[in-house]
Amino acid sequence: MILIYTIVILMGGGLLAFLLGQWNKSLPRWIALCTVSVGFVVLVSFWIERYRAVNIHLSNTWMIDYRHDWIPSFGISFHLAIDGLSLLLLVLTFFLGILAVLCSWNEVKERAGFYHFNLLWILAGISGVFMAMDLFLFYFFWEIMLIPMYFLIGIWGSENRVYAACKFFIFTQASGLLMLLAIIGLYFIHGRNTGIYTFNYFELLGTAISPNVAFWLMMGFMIAFVVKLPIVPFHTWLPDAHSEAPTAGSLILAGLLLKTGAYGILRFVLPLFPEASRVFAPWAMLFGVIGIIYGAILAYSQTDLKRLVAYTSVSHMGFVILGIFAFNELALQGVVMQLVTHAISTGALFIMAGMLKERLHTRDINQMGGLWAQMPQMGAIAMLLAMASLGLPGLGNFIAEFLILLGTFKANVLLTVIAAIGLVFSAIYSLRIVQKVFLGPSERSYQVRDFSFREIVIMAALTLSIVWLGLYPQPVINTAKPMIMKLEHIFSAENKNMEKENPSVTPLNMHKYLVNNKE
Amino acid sequence: MSGNDFFALTPLLLLAGSSVLIMLLIAINSSHRVIQLSSLLLFIVAFASLFYIQKLLPYNIEPLLIVDGFSVFIMGLIIFSSLVVNILSYIYFEEKEESPKEYYVLLFLCTLGACVLAVSKHFISLFLGLEILTVGLYALIAYLRVRHHNVEAGIKYLVLAAFSSAFLLFGMALIYLQTGSMEFSMIARSLTSLQSLPPLFLTGLGMVLVGVGFKLAVVPFHMWTADVYQGAPAPVTAFIATASKGGVFAVLFRFFIMIDGFRFKVVILILICIAIASMLIGNLLAVQQKNVKRILAYSSIAHLGYLLVAFIPGSMMSIKAVSFYLMAYFITTLTAFGIVTILSNKEKDAEEIESYKALFWQHPVLACVFSTALLSLAGIPLTVGFVGKFYILAAGLQAGFWITALILVFSSVIGLYYYLRIITMMFAGQKSILSEGKKANPIFYMISVIALSVLTLLIIWFGVYPSTVMSFIEYFRLK
Repeated sequence: MILIYTIVILMGGGLLAFLLGQWNKSLPRWIALCTVSVGFVVLVSFWIERYRAVNIHLSNTWMIDYRHDWIPSFGISFHLAIDGLSLLLLVLTFFLGILAVLCSWNEVKERAGFYHFNLLWILAGISGVFMAMDLFLFYFFWEIMLIPMYFLIGIWGSENRVYAACKFFIFTQASGLLMLLAIIGLYFIHGRNTGIYTFNYFELLGTAISPNVAFWLMMGFMIAFVVKLPIVPFHTWLPDAHSEAPTAGSLILAGLLLKTGAYGILRFVLPLFPEASRVFAPWAMLFGVIGIIYGAILAYSQTDLKRLVAYTSVSHMGFVILGIFAFNELALQGVVMQLVTHAISTGALFIMAGMLKERLHTRDINQMGGLWAQMPQMGAIAMLLAMASLGLPGLGNFIAEFLILLGTFKANVLLTVIAAIGLVFSAIYSLRIVQKVFLGPSERSYQVRDFSFREIVIMAALTLSIVWLGLYPQPVINTAKPMIMKLEHIFSAENKNMEKENPSVTPLNMHKYLVNNKE
Repeated sequence: MSGNDFFALTPLLLLAGSSVLIMLLIAINSSHRVIQLSSLLLFIVAFASLFYIQKLLPYNIEPLLIVDGFSVFIMGLIIFSSLVVNILSYIYFEEKEESPKEYYVLLFLCTLGACVLAVSKHFISLFLGLEILTVGLYALIAYLRVRHHNVEAGIKYLVLAAFSSAFLLFGMALIYLQTGSMEFSMIARSLTSLQSLPPLFLTGLGMVLVGVGFKLAVVPFHMWTADVYQGAPAPVTAFIATASKGGVFAVLFRFFIMIDGFRFKVVILILICIAIASMLIGNLLAVQQKNVKRILAYSSIAHLGYLLVAFIPGSMMSIKAVSFYLMAYFITTLTAFGIVTILSNKEKDAEEIESYKALFWQHPVLACVFSTALLSLAGIPLTVGFVGKFYILAAGLQAGFWITALILVFSSVIGLYYYLRIITMMFAGQKSILSEGKKANPIFYMISVIALSVLTLLIIWFGVYPSTVMSFIEYFRLK
């Protein structure tokens, strides 16, 4: 029931904020803060309570399972369940949710009720995505989070907001509809094979599909996830959406929305289509590496601070896709770490960009410079975050990227080497942020104040967690472990089968042999 | 005719009787308000009578009519939409200079025509229903006769509808020549032994499709749609978009299911072409428009294309998908046109997209209602439009029609663009250019707003919890 409550309080809180926002301007943000905090406390206490059990029963991945019939004639049920991965991402959702409310505390002055309504409903949609174990329900939540996000960007964004909002919506909706086709296709194939027509994730696992069909169905899922993630040819919505969104919007986009794509691949693509994903893996890894390098180079050439941070996301998400398709435990653990740490470090950078914009009324880094003198606190924090983003040991991102590279080295040496070069680029762009904004000559004489108390709280929470994850990542790794072991198990079993069968070469799996020969 | 026959036809008889009754009321010089309220009451009675005849189903009235679950469902939708149109009409016509009273008589007649279409299983009753419907519509479209656009739209509709009726008649004659019957089941019997369609029959079927295509406004017979939608008074546009199309679509569907036309490759091919063209062209043309009524016109072309995607497989799932989607489309379209109607003023309809600017900050309720309707048309979850689209995709993919499903997905993304444009407009800016307040009839204004809010709740309720409707349409059989 805890799963339903998390969604219900978010949606209920959103409605309440909307209604009360009509006659009191500060009430909505208090409501929003309370709702998200309550959810956070509940989830964290649940995590602590279950943490011990996780390590004892490695085989039992599912912590809670709730199921209720929804549309019986289609075999659709309201089915929520969480394992370690979902729990981690849920905690992250509520954590960033609190910060999102806090960082827009003074930013939003008009229509505060509707603003917080949208904010909470995005969080509700994202939580639903992380919990849904019915493919129809998953798609339902997948789409629900879009509309409030569209409003958030479209109403409270900066100058070019309408264009950015429409682009974001159309990209994600188009890819989502292709996923819906794939879901329905899978539904009918499973139904024809077994006579049971259902959207239940657990029953659809292990559906026997002919390789050709499986490949196309997988592509249907993949397209939705890689657009969200995003992977390079599909990333063009991201810089626009990030830079035009209000601070809280950028935070949620970078911290949570991108993570739903990675989560979708881990949860649905790999287990539902193991063979097809194995066939696709070299390509996915290649696109991941392209994303790492391309994102880093573009990040370096940006002058808009938010766009710069947005392109670093593209680069970091390249690591995620690279790690996922290496199919081994080390890399997958790295991916989970990367999801969490990237959310925190990039989210913090976006918040900082928002704070700078609030003070200087610009996002152009050429107009900044020499701000350290006036804002030593913010400068120091920015330094730390830049270090996190370039993967300095001792901070969370290092663990994540190191694990990913370690894992992918086993799968593909060449791509790992290129990806490691990406880390060098990340050092360049990260240092450029600090150099351009906080050091160097002062462009104009600004009179700016340093952190307020609220901002210190936000930044303290973020930096403490990034340091914690860098020094002691074990809780995250342990929590995600059962789920990742299971994934790895699928693929190691798959490996043996493939070797045994020695299948014939077809256009679809030809490149696998080519890649193997290269090694 | 036996007593039971009359009993089964109660809804139709009530509608016919109502039009006479309203005419008598006009003769004794009742006020607009009395006439509006009494016709509202009569619509409710007609709607209620549908529940009353439930236990009789299915009931054949040889050779012309059939009253079964599907036709009662469609009649329910038609009468319901007329009821909503009736509610919306009061404030719309009250502030216009023309006498609005005869309008209600025509509304009853058109509803009757559409309902006859829904129950017919014979070409004669089909044609009768269609003519009752169209002749009424000629007058309704041109009702505000001093307005330039109205007359133009009326003439356009008159010419094209007469033209298409001629096609339809000729097609029926050719089919009759080939099969020797005008009843659907007899036509089916003479086709059972055939593997491919005889040329004469195919020509006839083609002509029928042309005729029906005009009424449904599918591509390439869609030219009149945007002009007529724009020119007609907003409540009448709502009626054309829902009741008139729904009735025609229902009878076409029944005809194809009964003659099992889905066996023949060439028929399927023609339908696929029409569906794809309607979806793509409808959505593409809408992108360019700056007039909300025209946008909705083109979007209705696309929606008929979506309906054809579910129609083409001709399976059990098709019946359910078509029924559900028709319901979704009816509710949503009524809501959208309802907003246009409410926001219209004495001089002109609220049709320019610019006039919706900042609506959200001025009339939050109306803007929310309109946004919900547009999102439902776009097929976004939490709305009934999404479940309908899901149903259609399921029906298409079950039979393996991947092409039409992919085109549907692709074109609905295009569609999203112009729906979003309207929604964005409502949230943009600070100051609405629509005149504030000064509603002549605050009570009826409130009633209209409440009606639209109820429709919006239905959109969301059926979008979140569609099981109730699904279990109702589960057992529809057309053969």
